Amino acid sequence: MDEFTTTRHNPGIDPHMHIWGWEIPVYLFLGGLVAGLMILAGYHILKARDRQERVSYPYAPMLGVILLSLGMNALFLDLANKLHVWRLYLTFEITSPMSWGSWILLLVYPALLAAAVLHPPERVPFGQGLLNMVRRWSAWMHARPRLIQAVGLANLAGGIALGIYTGILLGAFGARPLWNSAILGPLFLFSGLSTAAALMHLLAVVTRSGSGLAFADVALAGVFRLMDPDHCKHIMVRADASFLTIELAILGLWLIGLLTGTGVQQEAAGLLLGGPYTAGFWGGVILAGVGLPLVLQYLELSGRIRHTVIPAILVLIGGFVLRLVLVSAGQASHWS
Amino acid sequence: MARLAMVIDTKLCVGCADCVVACTTENDVPLGFCRDWIVEQVGGAYPTPLLEIRSERCNHCDSPPCVGCCPTGASHMHSYGGVVLVDHNKCIGCKACIAACPYDARYTHPDGHVDKCTFCIHRVEKGQLPACVSVCPTHCMHFGDLDDPESDVSKLLRSRPHHALLPAAGTGPQVHYLT
Repeated sequence: MDEFTTTRHNPGIDPHMHIWGWEIPVYLFLGGLVAGLMILAGYHILKARDRQERVSYPYAPMLGVILLSLGMNALFLDLANKLHVWRLYLTFEITSPMSWGSWILLLVYPALLAAAVLHPPERVPFGQGLLNMVRRWSAWMHARPRLIQAVGLANLAGGIALGIYTGILLGAFGARPLWNSAILGPLFLFSGLSTAAALMHLLAVVTRSGSGLAFADVALAGVFRLMDPDHCKHIMVRADASFLTIELAILGLWLIGLLTGTGVQQEAAGLLLGGPYTAGFWGGVILAGVGLPLVLQYLELSGRIRHTVIPAILVLIGGFVLRLVLVSAGQASHWS
Repeated sequence: MARLAMVIDTKLCVGCADCVVACTTENDVPLGFCRDWIVEQVGGAYPTPLLEIRSERCNHCDSPPCVGCCPTGASHMHSYGGVVLVDHNKCIGCKACIAACPYDARYTHPDGHVDKCTFCIHRVEKGQLPACVSVCPTHCMHFGDLDDPESDVSKLLRSRPHHALLPAAGTGPQVHYLT
């Protein structure tokens, strides 16, 4: 074995290169969550189920706008040269996933807002004039079925692009063997879908109680209006269980890819298999974030236990821990 | 069209770090950071251990991943010699290039932009050598144009065994080490 001695004294990059802190995992989590909300909303707009099914996803777009804005704020906080952020929109760098992402983020806002206008809240604590205007736009859109279909398609496509991009952003870094896999795209997409379904499930429960409904109406201007929580819960639990199963399979494929890869990839896998990120990955992601919710959801769907919010909460926490562990462990994986 | 490269004779380098001091002074590198550094690699086994002392820096790759991933075009290849540079005015400090570099050659400057070795392009354009090369007391560092078959660097690479760092990363590094 070779022994290395170095005069490097850079606290920013030695001995392990710490590039991104909590801001990027938060952004990736919220970006994935919004991508999932967009796909759910887009699918149901296209299927024209948004009016009949009386579930909470007609209100997902407005929630998406709020969460995406929070995520972009986290991204902004991470920039070392914040005053130059506008430079992102002076160019399009075709080989840069981050450039693709910045433009995708700009394009998903109109799609989310258009979908949100389809279902304006019933009452707002302030801005009644604006609400009236939105209602007029909504009526105008509802008179044009093809426009509604275009909005649904834009949300579906935008959600898929956003969800995959959050994974490709990391997967494109050849210098970080743990990340360097295209499978991170689908992994983050399905993780985003599972967290979105979990959030909708959670909202169905929150808004069922009188206090929850009041809170939602006052704090978020009625965007969480919900009519049939039990029906919504069942659909969301079923969807979440499917997304989690696919996510678990992709996680397995990703690990197989690392373990059968080159030496640096095997070394990177060691970070999760006995290394410093083992507990976070296996305890926080595989067990608490995917495995346990899957078991609970199966028991709920088969009628053996009552529906609870526990799986939804675990899935949301697991979705964030997945990004936190991957972003941190990836930075600790090296070629040299 | 030039292709600027650095060739370092590991048989002559004593690891004095004069190159590091010269770089820090010439480029006003902030305290706690460095654009170049010394690595001593000890390998082999007794009674024939091997020692290689290297002055390392940005490899100014032919296929630089830091340039490809930059979302603003701040990381770019200079029109002269393919030197990889960072335009401080365009840099937003997203740190994607730091993650993309397999040599860990970049850092975030306290002023907010990403920084790294420039091959002292401001000196090279005036016909001078990079600061690190110009001060080396053992003359182990050579700098020149690989597209010119008569340059020192071309002749050295033709006549001596050499290697570059992490060739399997596929970046085409342009700092070569004579062994």
